[in-house]
Amino acid sequence: MHRVKVRVVEDALDANNTIARANRADFDRAGVAVVNLMSAPGAGKTTLLERVLAGGSSIDGVRVGVLEGDVQGSLDADRLAHLHVPVVQLNTASGFGGECHLDANMVRSALPALPLDDLDLLIVENVGNLVCPAEFHVGEDARIMVASVAEGEDKPLKYPLMFRTCELVVVNKVDLLPYVDFDLERFLYHLDAVHPGVAHLEVSARTGEGVDALRAWLARVPDRVQTPA
Amino acid sequence: MHEFSIASAVVDTAVRHAAGRHVTEVHVRFGRLRQVVPDSLEFAFGIVSRETVCDGAKLSWEVVPARLRCTGCAHEWEIELPAFRCPGCGGAAVTVLSGEELEVESIEVEEGAACIA
Repeated sequence: MHRVKVRVVEDALDANNTIARANRADFDRAGVAVVNLMSAPGAGKTTLLERVLAGGSSIDGVRVGVLEGDVQGSLDADRLAHLHVPVVQLNTASGFGGECHLDANMVRSALPALPLDDLDLLIVENVGNLVCPAEFHVGEDARIMVASVAEGEDKPLKYPLMFRTCELVVVNKVDLLPYVDFDLERFLYHLDAVHPGVAHLEVSARTGEGVDALRAWLARVPDRVQTPA
Repeated sequence: MHEFSIASAVVDTAVRHAAGRHVTEVHVRFGRLRQVVPDSLEFAFGIVSRETVCDGAKLSWEVVPARLRCTGCAHEWEIELPAFRCPGCGGAAVTVLSGEELEVESIEVEEGAACIA
């Protein structure tokens, strides 16, 4: 018995990325653009989606479906199903414990349940977590993250990977600004340091402020995807 | 948590390349921008590798510095903190030259004499 060194030089996430590309190819074939929606737990992703889709699951003619990722339960999916939004629940828990993020394979397993032919845009609501979801592509065309003013203005500096990986940062719960020690200017300054030039929207899922702008941004995703720059 | 996810990916990669042979060491390279805490990764690796051919393997690593290049003025620099704007011209368009690696560089495996005949 002797020891041999074997050169590997492979991205540790290669296996996930390969499956993500297969998902992407399936989505492309079905003509569905995909948004990966991420945030910390409690930042308001589901409430925001409820607001965005309150008038129906079609926004500006874009037919929207949602894939809900949660460690356990179907509370979020139930909330959206009430609005008659096509929604599929994906739980990451298998027996004891559960994954803290969605990976490409989990999303792949949900594909048969998704009515892709009837959709133009699929929003994948990831598990609430500012760390792991940033590492795992699921086959999305765009990434959006929601940061709420209740979380603190230093978050871009603490989770740069997450903030750098998104092309839109939605600052939620702006109705709370008078009541919390959150300096919006400072947050935007930190955000610019971590991800210079990234787009952001200021919204309140509670009052509806800024939700129209988010709705419009989402409605443009399918067009943008089909006409690559 | 982050390190557990990464450790699982590292072990899966090593197991695939080991092709059934017992692994004695896994060497990984990770970039500064991946925010990997080495001690946590080592701890997670020890747990995740149980009952695989990597059980008991040593995890070794090197950290790759984060280097950026400004698209506008071609300035190149290394960052220690998450500040991605060009310090030369203030430009927002920067390319990450290194620091995003998350790579299994090599593994060391045990081979029986019969295998090399």
